[in-house]
This record gives sequence, structure tokens and C-alpha cells, in this order.
Amino acid sequence: MTTTTRIERHHYDVVVIGAGGAGLRAAIEARLAGKKTAIISKSLFGKAHTVMAEGGAAAAMGNVNSRDSWQVHFRDTMRGGKFLNNFRMAELHAKESPQRIWELETYGALFDRTKDGRISQRNFGGHEYPRLAHVGDRTGLELIRTLQQKIVSLQQEDRHEHGSYDARIRVFAETTITELLLDGDRVAGAFGYYRESGEFVLFEAPAVVLATGGVGRSYKVTSNSWEYTGDGHALALRAGATLINMEFLQFHPTGMVWPPSVKGILVTESVRGDGGILKNSEGKRFMFDYVPDVFRKQYADSEAEADRWYEDPDNNRRPPELLPRDEVARAINSEVKAGRGTPAGGVYLDIASRLPAEEIRRRLPSMYHQFKELADVDITREPMEVGPTCHYVMGGVEVDPDSGAAFGHVRGLFAAGEVSGGMHGSNRLGGNSLSDLLVFGKRAGGHAASYADGLASRPQVPVPAVETAVETALAPLQRDTGESPYVLQQDLQAVMGDLVGIIRREGELVDALARLGELRERVAKVSAAGGRRYNPGWHLALDLRNMLVVSECTAKAALERRESRGGHTREDHPTMDPAWRRVNQVCSLEGDIVHLDRKPLPRMRPELFALFDRAELAKYLTDEELAEFDALAKEER
Amino acid sequence: MGTEKSQAAGAPATKRQFRIWRGDETGGDLKEYLVEVKEGEVVLDIIHRLQSTEAPDLACRWNCKAGKCGSCSVEINGKPKLACMTRMSTFTEDETISVTPLRTFPIVRDLVTDVSFNYEKARETPAFAPPPGVTPGDYRMQQVDVERSQEFRKCIECFLCQTVCHVIRDHEENKPAFSGPRYFIRAAELDMHPLDARDDRKEYAQAEQGLGYCNITKCCTEVCPEHIKITDNGIIPMKERVVDRKYDPLVWLGNKIFRRGQVPQTSVTSEHSPGAVRTPAAGPPGFHSHAGASHDPKAEAQAQAGVNWHREVPKPTAPTLDESGRLPLTELTFDRPAAPSPFGEDVSFPLPPEHLNYAHPEQDKH
Repeated sequence: MTTTTRIERHHYDVVVIGAGGAGLRAAIEARLAGKKTAIISKSLFGKAHTVMAEGGAAAAMGNVNSRDSWQVHFRDTMRGGKFLNNFRMAELHAKESPQRIWELETYGALFDRTKDGRISQRNFGGHEYPRLAHVGDRTGLELIRTLQQKIVSLQQEDRHEHGSYDARIRVFAETTITELLLDGDRVAGAFGYYRESGEFVLFEAPAVVLATGGVGRSYKVTSNSWEYTGDGHALALRAGATLINMEFLQFHPTGMVWPPSVKGILVTESVRGDGGILKNSEGKRFMFDYVPDVFRKQYADSEAEADRWYEDPDNNRRPPELLPRDEVARAINSEVKAGRGTPAGGVYLDIASRLPAEEIRRRLPSMYHQFKELADVDITREPMEVGPTCHYVMGGVEVDPDSGAAFGHVRGLFAAGEVSGGMHGSNRLGGNSLSDLLVFGKRAGGHAASYADGLASRPQVPVPAVETAVETALAPLQRDTGESPYVLQQDLQAVMGDLVGIIRREGELVDALARLGELRERVAKVSAAGGRRYNPGWHLALDLRNMLVVSECTAKAALERRESRGGHTREDHPTMDPAWRRVNQVCSLEGDIVHLDRKPLPRMRPELFALFDRAELAKYLTDEELAEFDALAKEER
Repeated sequence: MGTEKSQAAGAPATKRQFRIWRGDETGGDLKEYLVEVKEGEVVLDIIHRLQSTEAPDLACRWNCKAGKCGSCSVEINGKPKLACMTRMSTFTEDETISVTPLRTFPIVRDLVTDVSFNYEKARETPAFAPPPGVTPGDYRMQQVDVERSQEFRKCIECFLCQTVCHVIRDHEENKPAFSGPRYFIRAAELDMHPLDARDDRKEYAQAEQGLGYCNITKCCTEVCPEHIKITDNGIIPMKERVVDRKYDPLVWLGNKIFRRGQVPQTSVTSEHSPGAVRTPAAGPPGFHSHAGASHDPKAEAQAQAGVNWHREVPKPTAPTLDESGRLPLTELTFDRPAAPSPFGEDVSFPLPPEHLNYAHPEQDKH
């Protein structure tokens, strides 16, 4: 085939796939380290899904409550993740996020302020102190715009120095990577196509940072955009890296359920942080019935105490509406199943009766705006109808906590942000993802740069691999007998939404795996009508195989994990099992078959254990681990 | 609320008539589609339905489908809008809905245009300059001070303001010299940033971004899905050259109270910074010409008087409207290569200078 001659080639030191928060932060770091850096974005520059993050970025700056510290943040993160987190990632995250936030101000970010002019911080589910740096309820937009503008400023420096904006950092907008190319076990480049023209492009680079975000597009009800097709997860698998914790998906408790066209879109948790309460169709504030034992100490047990908390958080316990997301999602699910839901299948989230209209508009401007414009609902006058929506995948590429380098048998591959796994354990706290992006984006970018520096020779892209990639990419256009990619996507979404959704059962998971097997054969024969120029059908056809393999990982891991923890709820195994806490499930690819292994969790360092009291640890640890903890405590005395 | 609406959701779907532009840079036309529309849907839902049924390769950008990313900008019945924010309930049952690509930018395919113009202009706009000597973590700003810039930072870069702006909408030739409303508010945002170290944002906008081309028709403000007051809060304050280079709340308040226009326009006399704004090449110290290099005392006096927003200019004739009271759709369905000017059929661009309330971008150059 002569196709290889029509491929545009580029040489870079570091290629960052994904232009959301993690990708941009990684690219900035790689460029600051002097590396020639490419940013690949599936969408236009600055449109990444990060813009959807509303609540804020969690960082223990202690601006609002000076008792906050990285230790408390670490503790909240581990607690939220039900102790399944990679402790080192949680530790680095808690320690470094304040610097990462402050750094954004030097890039031009404008966060909301406290009275003394510092960055204001707000309360959020699962965080002990007000901790989320925010800009109204459009923090994600501020973050992405700030990083985007920082990149522009670096390009301006480069133009000044080298005469071209693109001299050392270039954004390839509307470009999709379909394959990573390896030289032995070393990353040698990435292959993809320009969405606009359909022309192929090859990036030769010794280091690749994956920052492609999540997988939510495999679900029927999701807050995620079309880009979230698990590309990075699948690229990593195919390159020989491993995925962990793929059974853990976060269903955001409060997505819009009405009107149907915006089903899935998030209602930020700050609605609850600012006083919003959940009510069922009988008008009952039901969350008090769903406080799990492990949280009883921190949450109010009467409406009176809960209501006092908003004004006086030091002397009252938190309202149960601010329980971690999985608990709230499960509670809503139970209410709806018990027949106390709204007609559209959700519950009511009421802020209208709790705050004056003016105050709601001031505190939640884009929420107000969004409901008014998209649904013609005035949240200052009527309650919202909300229900669980697929929001975030905790699982992802298994990485070295310090460098973000992927495990498995591949070198030169790094991952940061939602596509990486471990940081959030079995459940992510709100606000931790924006700070995660910054902390680990910077780390991955920096380590990718030093990896590229340390190479004696540049890996070479093997020509046959490029030819195969071209054939695979063109195949859906050349077939006209297969099914439509849209139909296949709907079927995949139905399988995942109905059978591998928020509440899981063994029988359904087995069924799901069988159906995914059938879908795999259908997806292999998918055909796309039309040509190569900006053809969304073709693009979807190519994304489908990524969605499929990642869905298989989720279904397999979900079937195997016989307990309920965080973002994984098994109706047939409804409790947490301390033995399972010690286990990560690791997915790898053998041929095109997903293989599942068990791997022990890294052991948390004793001084970190000491941050928790024994009574709390007893809820998570095995007797054996507790005995070790007691022995340590005795030693210290 | 839920009960009533959710029952409505069960109402049977109806078929609605759509006309969607299909084609590429070599040409194309409006194609008719009869599509199912359900209660509570937006135009983007209909485009998605078309993609999954009869038009699988219909090209259209979108991302968040929640009005937050600004990807799905198109022209609906001739008006630039976000497809995800245009509810079907805003049309009458029998109305044909036309969806066409943004007119100001080159076509890529179907509803997708090449918006790289905007990214080029973004790169030309000087970035935030951090205050020297302030370490990260030590930035102190008051909420009231950041709010002014925050308004502009709400911008989702949908480029609707760029596409509607008449300076470039039908005037390709103005593009090199004109950055457009999106980048005027970027400059305004930085100008109002409490800690930005550069103090020549206004002058830069005037000299390099083509701020002077704007004659405040407020079309950009009208289409902004974020309801940013682009003209009132961004462009006009940039055009007014406030006495103090640093943003002074008192001056701002004064302008608010006394209404702009009536406040004596003051020219900038402080020192020029090197870089973006070109330094006057010659002339006595402190002399600052506003009438270009004409040295015509009359022109200079008039230029020094600044911009008078209350100047009487001849009223343009209104454009012809169709039976529904709207402008005829676009050039695609119109008998001319362009839609009628919303500024009047008898007005040609560039406007004669005496009809303009504007300061020419060239006037500060030499």
C-alpha cells in the first residue's frame, strides 16, 4: 500500500494526548522543561470536558478554616475512596494541590476571594473543612481557560525567541489518536487522523502522556461529552500497560432528569453545600435515613442540627445531603425504587425554599442560567428533578504514583487525570479531580520530559505498524455491509446502563459480558457511510472499539469483586469486605481478550495510618492489619 | 412542576420540517429533512437524531450539550446560536427550522466551519503579565475587583460574537486588522485584572486589535449566550481612555453616574511602554497626535475632542423583513450573495468617517 506516503509526520519530544486540565498542565511542564511538545485534542482547543467541572478544586490552603492541612485532606480522600486509594497518590495530591492552585493565579486565574483577599474556599461533600477554590460554579472553565492562556503565553515567548508560535509547543486541535506505536517495549509515536480533513498524521515521539479523561460515553445516562470514549484507557491496554479499579465508576447523585434532552447533565454538589436538600415525592427529607454507620459521627441526625451547620459548622454536624456521592446516589436510587420518586424517575432537589432568590442567583449563577435556558425551570422558584448519572471513572491506567509512568510492559507512557487510576480509590470526592489534574498533570509532564532526556537513542516507529493502523482506521469506510455505528453505540450504552450500572448483580454482569462479546463481533464489522472529511459516523465507528474494550474491563472487574465499596455496589454482596480492600484488580490485554489479575494494594506508611483513629480504621481493615496497627501504636508509646 | 411536565413528556412526538445546509468549501445547499421532535428537546437533539438515522455523516461540532463549552455554534433561522441551547419549544409547530454554518468563517463541511481565525487572534493578544515580586500564594485581591474581569472570563469561546460582528461578517478584508469582540473583552479583562503588570491594554486594543473599527452596534452583546455585556462593560470602557491608567473605581463610578459621552474625553498622555504599542516616532515631548500624521489643526482638534456618542448621524433605512418580521434567512435562500445588512440597505461599509463614532486604529500610529 502506498498509503504511508500520504501521512503527515511530526517529530516531538513529548506528545500529550488530551487537552483537558491534565493534558494542558502536563504540556506546560514538558515545555518548561525545554521539550518540544505536542498537544493532541479531539475537540477544539479549550473545549475539553474539564469545563464542565462546577464545584471547585480541592486544596488544603486553609484560607477559610485555618485548621485545614494536607493531613486532613489526605484523610478525607482516603475515607472517601474507602481506603482503596493508592495512599502515595492521595498523599502527593493533598500535599501539592495548594501550590498548584496558587500557581494558576500566576497564569492569570481569578478565583473568588475571601474578605482578606485570599482565594475563597467552599464546603463540599466529604471534605471536613471548606476546601474548594472556586469561581462561582464555573471553576472548570476558569481552569481550562487559564491553562489555555498559559500555553498561549508560552507560545508568545517562543515566537519572540524562535520566530514561531509553534516552535516548542503546538496544539493539534480536532485530531484523534487511534494507535500508539511501539519500538519493542518503548513508545515510539502516536498515529491518528485530523477530524476536519480525515487525513492521517503520525507523531514520532519517545514519550507520550495520556490525558484523555474518562469512559462515560458507554453509558446511557451520563454527564460526559462525546469525547469520553475511553481512548486513553484502550490505547494504554493495547500498548501493553495495565488498568486498575475499572469496576469503580462514580454515578453523580444529582444529574438532571427533566427534560429528557438534558438527562444526565450535572447539578453541582454546591447546590447542596449551599443549603439545598433532597426530598422524595412525599415531601420527606429522606437523607437522614441513609447515613451509614461509618459516617454517623460526622453527620447530623436531626434537621435542626443539619440546618444550623450552614451557619455554624464548628459546633454542628454536617447535613446528610453532603455525604459522599456514592451514598447519596444509592439513597436516591433506593427512594425511586421504593416508589417515592418523581414521575421522571428522580427525586426533588430543593434550594428554592431554602435561600432567597437573589442569593441563589449570586451563589449559583451558571446553575440558575443553565436550568432557565435549557429546561425553562427557575430554580429560585421550584425544586429541581435529579437522579444518578454516570459521571467519573475512578479506574484507569495503573501508574507509578510519583511519576505517572504506566506499569505493565511499556516504557515512555505516562498518564494523568481521569485516565489514570488509583488516586481516588473506590470513590472520588468532589473537587478532588480538578486538583488531581494539576498535581499529576504537572508530574506526568515533568517525568515524561526527563524520561525523554534520559534516552540514549530515539525509538523508531516500525513501518508495518503504521500500515496496520492505516488499514484499521480506513476499514469502517470500506465496508458497506456492517451496522451503523450509532446503533452499536446505543446497544452498548443499553448494556452498560442496564446491566453494569449503579447497582449490580451477578446474573446481570454475566449477561452483560455475553452481550459485550456479541457486540465485539458486530463492532468489528461496523461500517460508516460517507467520506473522510469531518465524518462523525466514521469517528464514532473508530471510537467504538475503545468503548467496547473498556466496558469489558469494567464488567469483568465488577463481576469479580464480590463486595460493595464506593462506586461499585453489588446487590448480592451489599457490604464492604476488609479482605477485598487489600486487592486491586488489574486488567491487561492478551491479544484482544481482557485479562484480569489481582494485585495487593501498596501498604500505607505507619505515620499515615496514625492520622486515623482506631475506631475508624476498624471499619475498613482486616483483623490482621488492625493487629499490626495496634503493635505500631504500642511501639510509639 | 415535575408531575405536569413529565406527563407532557409522554405526549406523542411530532414530525417537524428542518432545512440543514450540507456541503463543503466547493459548494452545497439546504437539504430538507422531516424529523421526529419530542417534548423538551433542543435543536442539537434533532441534529443527533438525524445523524443516527438518515444522515450519519452530517458534520456538526458539539461537546457538553449544556451550554458550557461553546462548540455547537450554528446559525438557526439566520441567527447565530448554540444548538444545545435552542429549545424546540421556542418555534411554532408549523415553522420550518433552518440550520446553517457560521457565516463569517470558512466552511469545512456541513455545519462545521474553520474557526482558526479566532485562535490566531488569541495568540496575538498579549498574555497576562504576572506582577513582579509577588510569589504564588501571596496574590491578594478583593472580590469586588476580580468580579469585573470575571464577567469576561465567563466567555465560553463559542465565537457567536465574532460571527455576528459586521466588521468581519461580510468583510474578509477587515480580518487581518480586526480581532473581534471576543478579544476586545480579553483585553478588557486583563486591563481590569487587579494584578496584571501591563498597563497598555487599552492602547494595545486600539493600536493592534482594531478596536476602532467597532462602532458599538451591540450585536455581539445580543448573541452572547453567557449574557456578557461585551459592549457596555468591555468595549466602551476600552474606548474611553480613562485618566488613570490603572483602573480607578472612582472614575468608573463617575462614568456610571454621569453617563459616558458627557464626561470630557481625556487623552492618554502618560508614557508609552515599549512592546505592543508603537512609540511615536517624532514630535515634541508630550505631543500626542490623534489625527494620524495629517498635522491638520482642525482634524487634530476634532480628534482630540474624542468620540462623541451623542453625535447625530443620518438614520439608515431599516432592512426589508419577511412576513414573519424577520430578516430573510441568509445568502443561501436570498437573492444576493449576502444577507441584508441589519444596519440598513443604504449603508455601505466602511461608513463615511463623519457618520462614525469611532477612533481610527491608525490614528495613534506613525
